[in-house]
Amino acid sequence: MSDHTHDISKHVRGYLIIGGTLIIGTVLTVLASYVDLGHHWNITLALIIATAKASLVALFFMHLISERQMIYIVLAFTTFFFIGLMALTIAAYHDHPATTTLR
Amino acid sequence: MEIPYTAQPRPDTGVYNAKIGIWLFLASEVMLFGALFSSYILLRVGALSADWPVGLLNVPIGTVNTAVLILSSVTVVMAWASLKMGRLDRFKIYQAITIVCALIFLVIKSFEYRDKFTHYEVWLDKPLTVIHGTEEVKIHRMTGHIEGKPAFLTLPKVKAKNLESIAFIPDEHHYSEGKVAMHQHDAHAEHKAIEIPVSDIKRLTSFVPAHSTYFAIYFTLTGLHALHVLGGALVMAYLFFTASKMYKTEPDRFTNRIEVSGLFWHFVDLVWIFLFPVLYLL
Repeated sequence: MSDHTHDISKHVRGYLIIGGTLIIGTVLTVLASYVDLGHHWNITLALIIATAKASLVALFFMHLISERQMIYIVLAFTTFFFIGLMALTIAAYHDHPATTTLR
Repeated sequence: MEIPYTAQPRPDTGVYNAKIGIWLFLASEVMLFGALFSSYILLRVGALSADWPVGLLNVPIGTVNTAVLILSSVTVVMAWASLKMGRLDRFKIYQAITIVCALIFLVIKSFEYRDKFTHYEVWLDKPLTVIHGTEEVKIHRMTGHIEGKPAFLTLPKVKAKNLESIAFIPDEHHYSEGKVAMHQHDAHAEHKAIEIPVSDIKRLTSFVPAHSTYFAIYFTLTGLHALHVLGGALVMAYLFFTASKMYKTEPDRFTNRIEVSGLFWHFVDLVWIFLFPVLYLL
């Protein structure tokens, strides 16, 4: 750990700013849901805001912006399998038995 | 035997062991919630819109709960930063706020659950004819409350009680009318109870997992998330009460424990960031 007291007190300000940004993001998410953009765009927008908020949490609160390489290696595997899982989800949606018809 | 690398980083990985441990655990958690999220997507795209409830959850309450979790995420990281700056007193304040936030979240969530258990949908064998303006509308299913606010009532239970009819206070809109109609719902409007003969009822259920695939996945996802909040709160409470003792003898190790429990807590917050819009707003 190379953090010094001085660095930490600088970080504290950042944590508060991130916290405020996350609250604003939450309000944005709610407001965006009341605007009718068409169902697909509403979902897309909500997921974009959620991903942005999640990135802030992961990067700053979970210190991923400056972590050791070993943690990134673990996360690279996680990302790979998570994307694989979602790819299977999409594949499952498009895979219909021959006897069923699409609505 | 002493556990190695609890305070100092292990030379080959560059981090203390508990940090590798928690990240491996979080990796497995990503797959756990990911699998359930994937189930949600497939249930959602496969459902008819008439069978996928929208607008039944209380958005303001969900928003407050989101804010409570975000606040707790800030205090968790502040608790850790306080220890890094050698301020055990401040750490205790932030840690206490975090635990209180976790409890507030769980209390609000349990009130939300109770709301669902006393909110009903009824399907009718004989449609009800209602005058809507100048038009006659036939109603086959409606949502609402039952007088006396009973929980978990179903048709077999009503029959077992030998009731002739139930006093049903219908909601203004049914969720199959869509999100826009649900948003226009006037919570303060006076609704009169209508007597529905039990013999006319095809199905009666409150919004429990058995109601629909939506509520099944809703309770699975939020229930599992709430268990994580509870687990996190217990760990943080343990660390809060043992803080003074351990910080005196092993300050670095204790600070690392706080960082690790904090990483778990941020993950729980992160899951909620996705659950909230998906379950409440879409």
